[in-house]
Amino acid sequence: MQFTDAKLLPDASSCSLDSERTLYPYVTGTSVVAFKYRDGILMAADMGGSYGSTLRYKTVERIKPIGQHSLLGASGEISDFQEILRYLDELILYDNMWDDGNSLGPKEVHNYLTRVMYNRRNKFNPLWNSLVLGGVKNGQKYLGMVSMIGVNFEDNHVATGFGNHLARPILRDEWNENLSFEDGVKLLEKCMRVLLYRDRSAVNKLQIAKITEEGATIFPPYSLKTFWGFEAYKNPTIGAEGSW
Amino acid sequence: MSTKATIDLPPKGGFSFDLCRRNDMLSKKGVSPPSYRKTGTTIVGIIFQDGVILGADTRATEGPIVCDKNCEKIHYMAPNIYCCGAGTAADTEAVTDMVSSQLQLHRYHIGRESRVVTALTLLKRHLFSYQGYVQAALVLGGVDVTGPHLHTIYPHGSTDTLPFATMGSGSLAAMSVFESKYREGLTKDEGITLVSEAICAGIFNDLGSGSNVDVCVITKGHKEYLRNHLLPNSDVYALKREYTFPKKTEVLLTKVTPLKEKVEIIEGGDAMEE
Repeated sequence: MQFTDAKLLPDASSCSLDSERTLYPYVTGTSVVAFKYRDGILMAADMGGSYGSTLRYKTVERIKPIGQHSLLGASGEISDFQEILRYLDELILYDNMWDDGNSLGPKEVHNYLTRVMYNRRNKFNPLWNSLVLGGVKNGQKYLGMVSMIGVNFEDNHVATGFGNHLARPILRDEWNENLSFEDGVKLLEKCMRVLLYRDRSAVNKLQIAKITEEGATIFPPYSLKTFWGFEAYKNPTIGAEGSW
Repeated sequence: MSTKATIDLPPKGGFSFDLCRRNDMLSKKGVSPPSYRKTGTTIVGIIFQDGVILGADTRATEGPIVCDKNCEKIHYMAPNIYCCGAGTAADTEAVTDMVSSQLQLHRYHIGRESRVVTALTLLKRHLFSYQGYVQAALVLGGVDVTGPHLHTIYPHGSTDTLPFATMGSGSLAAMSVFESKYREGLTKDEGITLVSEAICAGIFNDLGSGSNVDVCVITKGHKEYLRNHLLPNSDVYALKREYTFPKKTEVLLTKVTPLKEKVEIIEGGDAMEE
């Protein structure tokens, strides 16, 4: 038997046409930062969707509640994030249809996401995202991360993308188990401010979300105050005429 | 009669591409060049109230191996100017040594204290002429007659003048500390604490940086080189035992037995007498 046209092959394992799989991301979101605090999980992400080096969309909600117990934040390709939300919608719907009083908690959703991401990567058609999954169920706080190749782990504080390099050092130093909500927000703002200064794809419009036993709250977007008034910025070459 | 003699002039400068073809041929045949000893580093500098504080970690790496656990990355340029170096260790050493000598000759010539911009210009002209092949990323700081100065110099020769600066693989971790905690008009102790915190952030969060913290404080007319100011990694792997072994074998008895008889020489002997 001669297979002359690849398109006729039933697609068992990998997509034959390049146009049918993700090769590179197009519209991307930058870092997400999250950590556990006294009452649950706090998560923050800015609202920018960059199209390459253009800042195309400035009101992209990159944190969404999942079911009753979880929050999902994503960085990377926005369209893949929307696809993941559809998969999770279906998952939660089926779970609700059982109507058995049980609901999927963060650990279960995290496991589901890990399987999805890993299987897609095995087929060379990844969902180009780094996902942060946080939630509280029966008093147990849970915070985990899944990357686009299926690496998953659970920790007290996580960050995606640039947040790993810029926010994680601050969190490792200053996070503790019993942060109050106000302290937690201050710590998040500290991290997001550094990201705003030093990540080129960050925008000054961020959303903070929290999830506790009572449920998820996504706060309205706002901007951070920045400081540019260093003396050295005003006249940097004052002692060195001609340099820059 | 011609006064022109054919002088074999040395090349005017810039990179000599003579060996590139040969290297290319070798790498195609599978012979890879030896890997560089990189400093894979965290280096920082800040301007505080009275001057400049520079900081650096002390780990030098050769690929995945730590080849020097306690190397010195803060190099002397002039009595009032110091320079931290990241990138290829040989390049940072050579370039700072060279410019340090040039500065000293210049000082003899002009009879004055060196200025930071002089060092800056010498370094950037050299690095630019080598088009980035001299892989030295430097944080240059010092105090001269015009005041305290802090500059960063990139391998291709561009420079920045900044109130706080970080370079090296751990620069993002250190920069996150600076961006959240730096303010103008820090005192000396606050400055040293901030610099140490930034280097520690690099040491603990970056794999290319590690071991100890070196700090150098430069003020008008005075400098303090605090080698190994902090040793945050010293006792980490010390084995905790509840018993101790005695330091050496116990001495029970001392007895000296000479192996050869001592011969008594009697003066005025008869044999061998002349």
